[in-house]
Amino acid sequence: MIESTLNTDDKAPKSQSLDSTKRPESTVIKVEDMHKWYGKFHVLKGLNLDVAQGERIVICGPSGSGKSTFIRCINRLEEHQRGKIIVDGVELTDDLKQIDSVRREVGMVFQHFNLFPHLTVLENCCLAPLWVRKIPRREAEAIAMEYLERVKIPEQAHKFPGQLSGGQQQRVAIARSLCMKPKIMLFDEPTSALDPEMIKEVLDVMVELAGSGMTMICVTHEMGFAKTVADRVIFMDQGEIVEVAPPHEFFENPQEARTQQFLKQILHH
Amino acid sequence: MPRPSELPPIKEIGAIGWMRKHLFSSWYNTVLTLVSVYLIVTLIGPLLNWVVFEATFAGSSSSDCKGEGACWLFIGQRLNFFIYGFYPDALQWRVDVMFGLLAVAFAPQFMERFPARKYFGLFGMTGLPLIGYFLIPGGWFGLEEVQSSKWGGLMLTLILAYVGILAALPLGTVLALGRRSDMPVIRGICVVFIEVWRAVPLITVLFMASVMLPLFLPEGMNFEKLMRALIGIILWQSAYMAEVVRGGLQAIPKGQYEAASALGLGYWKKMGLIVLPQALTLVIPGIVNTFIALFKDTTLVLIIGLFDILGAVQSTITDPAWQNVAIEGYVFVAFCFWVFCFGMSRYSQNLERKLDTGHKT
Repeated sequence: MIESTLNTDDKAPKSQSLDSTKRPESTVIKVEDMHKWYGKFHVLKGLNLDVAQGERIVICGPSGSGKSTFIRCINRLEEHQRGKIIVDGVELTDDLKQIDSVRREVGMVFQHFNLFPHLTVLENCCLAPLWVRKIPRREAEAIAMEYLERVKIPEQAHKFPGQLSGGQQQRVAIARSLCMKPKIMLFDEPTSALDPEMIKEVLDVMVELAGSGMTMICVTHEMGFAKTVADRVIFMDQGEIVEVAPPHEFFENPQEARTQQFLKQILHH
Repeated sequence: MPRPSELPPIKEIGAIGWMRKHLFSSWYNTVLTLVSVYLIVTLIGPLLNWVVFEATFAGSSSSDCKGEGACWLFIGQRLNFFIYGFYPDALQWRVDVMFGLLAVAFAPQFMERFPARKYFGLFGMTGLPLIGYFLIPGGWFGLEEVQSSKWGGLMLTLILAYVGILAALPLGTVLALGRRSDMPVIRGICVVFIEVWRAVPLITVLFMASVMLPLFLPEGMNFEKLMRALIGIILWQSAYMAEVVRGGLQAIPKGQYEAASALGLGYWKKMGLIVLPQALTLVIPGIVNTFIALFKDTTLVLIIGLFDILGAVQSTITDPAWQNVAIEGYVFVAFCFWVFCFGMSRYSQNLERKLDTGHKT
């Protein structure tokens, strides 16, 4: 049942990918009154969020506000204890099959890249298509090369991750996720572990990806990126969503006192 | 503008430079060097005399060993027994075939550029034991049967060690994964298994296997002594292996597990493709250390009446036809063990170099 709906949806984003302005208003992620505790510590306190197909969302907030935990709940790297998360029509529960079917459609990019150091760049990219999607090796390699070209490092395909710079590794990590042809991409502070001169090359790839109509949720401190790319900016503090607004409103006319204080701090330094 | 590269001063390089730097850099180093040279000369001389110059290599019986040196004649005369035990002479070609296959499977592993050496290694781990299972005991395809009580010597040592190593690694890996499982029942079983077997001396295990196990087994179901010893060794060894592998599993960063999960890989694929390849590579020194220890521990089967190479040599030393050959016998055994253990050690270093992709997270 789940399989069949996924397969029919599979082709939809492709045909629309060229024109990001004409996107259907279908909800791909629905979060309803979601709570999470670490032991007795209440990390996430009743989050609500609807993400439409092709929407680009930036989540920001002070450290410890629960923003990373929030997006890690969306592909169930973390479990939530109350409320509902529905991704691509599948509710996240303890059912491992459902979790895996969601993870197939949701790509994730981590702060520390988390490339597989014992595999070459190409093997990193082919691994999941080969073993999860079960497509033939030659096809998987062709797809991998296509995405490595898109992130502008096809010439590194046969090197090991340890031989690449941080920026290059993060671009490989993005390509690796894209090789699964996900419908949704999650970015967990993708540029925080990078040297300043490498941040741009990663952001460029992300901007390009945003232009292609990918549904994206990014936890980031790159406010420039948020301004140019985001449809909505979410500000989180102490496990709550404090404010949600389009970027121009968010930066020029923030409503909440906590948002104003946060923006003051980060825009000053 | 870059300067043309200069050569180092002549006193710093070459043999003389090396000696100045390492042997005669100060008065006490000079003294140490001279004392060491004196010791080496006075010790190596007599040793060489004993091993080579005054040793007896040819002859037919104990009376030919008249010199001051070692009586290698004894080893030569009894070599057949040391290698094959009581395996019938006419059928020893079967064991020789296995030795040959062993060499074919593993010699390429020491040659960096040997084509398709991976497949030779794979054969060594799958085809070789399978062929041995049919060929050594016989009783199939018109091959005459040779009871395992007639096996002995180096051949028995290798069988025990090889089967023990081959079975303990996968079993230990499964136990290590089980011990880190989220499922309490599986974790409990693995913890109990590991802690029980690891806390028992191998001698006890062997005694139990040879004396007590037959009492518990139902009537008519009885393994040979060798098989029982092998099972004991495998279970005991896998408990050790499990802890070595667990060390590797714990060294893999959480991010690797998360990245694999986020790509949609299920548990077995995540472990098999991402975690274990890295974890096992990390603990190669520990694994090989355990293998070497097992290889030498196989000599303990002596106490349940199996004649491995040490048992074979020891039983001939007491032969009245040969006198004062104990040292030669033990030196020979030590040498055999050293060859195999050193081989394993070299191979593991080779493997570590090959698997090092320059990334230590």
